[in-house]
Amino acid sequence: MENQTIISAQGVNFWYGDYHALRDISLDMEAHTVTAFIGPSGCGKSTFLRLLNRMNDLVDGARLEGRILIEGEDIYARGVMVDELRKRVGMVFQKPNPFPKTIFENIAYGLRVNGVRDKAFIESRVEESLKGAALWGEVKDKLKKPAFELSGGQQQRLCIARALAVQPSILLMDEPASALDPISTSKIEELIYELKTEYTIVIVTHNMQQAARVSDRTAFFYLGELIEYDETKKIFLNPEKAQTQNYITGRFG
Amino acid sequence: MVSGGVTSVTILLIVFFLFREGIGLFGSPAVEQGYVVAVNQENTVRDLSPVQLKDVFDSKIANWSQLGGADEPIVVFRLNDIEQYVSYEELGDELQFIPQCLSKIIAEHPGMIAFFPDTYLSPDFAGKLIDRRNITPGEFFLGDEWFPTATPAPLFGIVPLVTGTLWVSLAAILFALPLGMAVAIYMAELSNDKVRKILKPVIELLAGIPSVVYGFFGLVVIVPLIQRVFGLPVGETALAGSVILAIMALPTIITVAEDSIRNVPRSVREASLALGATQWQTIRRVVLPYSVSGIMAAVVLGIGRAIGETMAVLMVTGNSAIIPHGLLEPVRTIPATIAAELGEAPNGGVHYEALFLLGCILFVITLLISITAEMMAAGKPKQQI
Repeated sequence: MENQTIISAQGVNFWYGDYHALRDISLDMEAHTVTAFIGPSGCGKSTFLRLLNRMNDLVDGARLEGRILIEGEDIYARGVMVDELRKRVGMVFQKPNPFPKTIFENIAYGLRVNGVRDKAFIESRVEESLKGAALWGEVKDKLKKPAFELSGGQQQRLCIARALAVQPSILLMDEPASALDPISTSKIEELIYELKTEYTIVIVTHNMQQAARVSDRTAFFYLGELIEYDETKKIFLNPEKAQTQNYITGRFG
Repeated sequence: MVSGGVTSVTILLIVFFLFREGIGLFGSPAVEQGYVVAVNQENTVRDLSPVQLKDVFDSKIANWSQLGGADEPIVVFRLNDIEQYVSYEELGDELQFIPQCLSKIIAEHPGMIAFFPDTYLSPDFAGKLIDRRNITPGEFFLGDEWFPTATPAPLFGIVPLVTGTLWVSLAAILFALPLGMAVAIYMAELSNDKVRKILKPVIELLAGIPSVVYGFFGLVVIVPLIQRVFGLPVGETALAGSVILAIMALPTIITVAEDSIRNVPRSVREASLALGATQWQTIRRVVLPYSVSGIMAAVVLGIGRAIGETMAVLMVTGNSAIIPHGLLEPVRTIPATIAAELGEAPNGGVHYEALFLLGCILFVITLLISITAEMMAAGKPKQQI
């Protein structure tokens, strides 16, 4: 079904201890779209992203109010299996963080922790995921090599492949290209464009051009509040709020 | 740079002096210095090892045929037995005729073996001296009896001490490692800050308790407990020692292992969780492999503590230098032996040298263990786990 809402945040407030990090955020994201979160550092965009796969559960003193629905299900409801949720909502981090294992084992990890033992299945899924992350051609002859031997850009695509291997429906990306050179960055961006057909992608970025290039909709966060959320084209060409305008044109932030 | 150099030089000096003192043992005569062992002229046995000498003088060997000689019962003679063989008149007013008497007594008894100071050896001695020879490395390294005060020949076989040390230390590590790892994982991964704030100082406190206090605790709590539980005549066993050592090694293992587990980058942990791995899967498949070198260090330090520990072990293991066949037997470890005996070993004597050589053995054992652990950690570089 077209234009189906897959992520829905409703009145989300979030605290780190006493610090009120997110104030009353409500927004819906549609399936098979790319949504970009932009805003200055510390505005809460990464925090919000990490709420979507409950990664903030690991932080001591974190507290949430409001509801976040993914595929219609309240992910903070009692009895939700967090590990099951995270299988549906994959994540790619700011810095490439491959495991200290071989390239193959990095991709296979997600399958193995899910109890997959079938060797042939794992092999085919590894290949599929590496192809999906546009890395297969570069690493197909060195799958048994340590992942740390890859370049930074390759490592990041490996991390994307690793996330794809468990076949999530949503892919969260926390500034995935910020630690990469321009060529690697453009490869990641192309990849995002291709992945959109199969996945719903939420990407946090500091790079305005990147947000403009890859996303369908853009959300602008400022000091823990969602200032504006609209089609990317509109945000960049004709924002409603002055703050958005100022940030995008580089007058502050 | 400088401190590293000073440390290396100090270690080299320690090793050098240990070996220099210890190696003198193999140049020392097997029979107690200043004494001789003599037999009848007709006796065909020329050479007796220290162990054989001890058995002869303990009357465990009663016939020369057991030693490859003629079928003749052995008569043991010590200097104070002399009055059974000769009268006081024969010895002279000032006992000046002892050498002659000795010579005569030995000549008269074909099965006799005599042990006396070499000052009483007359120039025309009628008996035959057992070959004077030095303590061999074989007797030291492979000998299964440690009896440094035995006469006429002290026994310096280190096998019971080495096995005792290894038994106690290995058992201690087997107790301490699972427990220590469990606590380290709990503290680093599962506990909240409040629990950790209490637990950490308590564990560090454990490391600061003097070992005599541990020994005392072992003596009044663990030894009676073991005695009761296993129904033993004495509770002072290898098991008691290893339990105490395990408790003593725990703080080191926990602290080092916890630090290395905490040093696993948060990003790697998050990567695993984000793939839907449970916390336990993340610990087992990512965190522990990542911190393997730190855990190895914890093991080595723990074993080092256990092997080198002296006082507590001395107090609870029963200190009998017998090759142990199980954890429920008394044992004696190398450090406990050194501590217990150095005070009564004459400076520069055979016993003294033997104790120094024991120190060298201890050094070599710990060195081997660290090298092995180092190689195990290096053979599994982080990248290839």
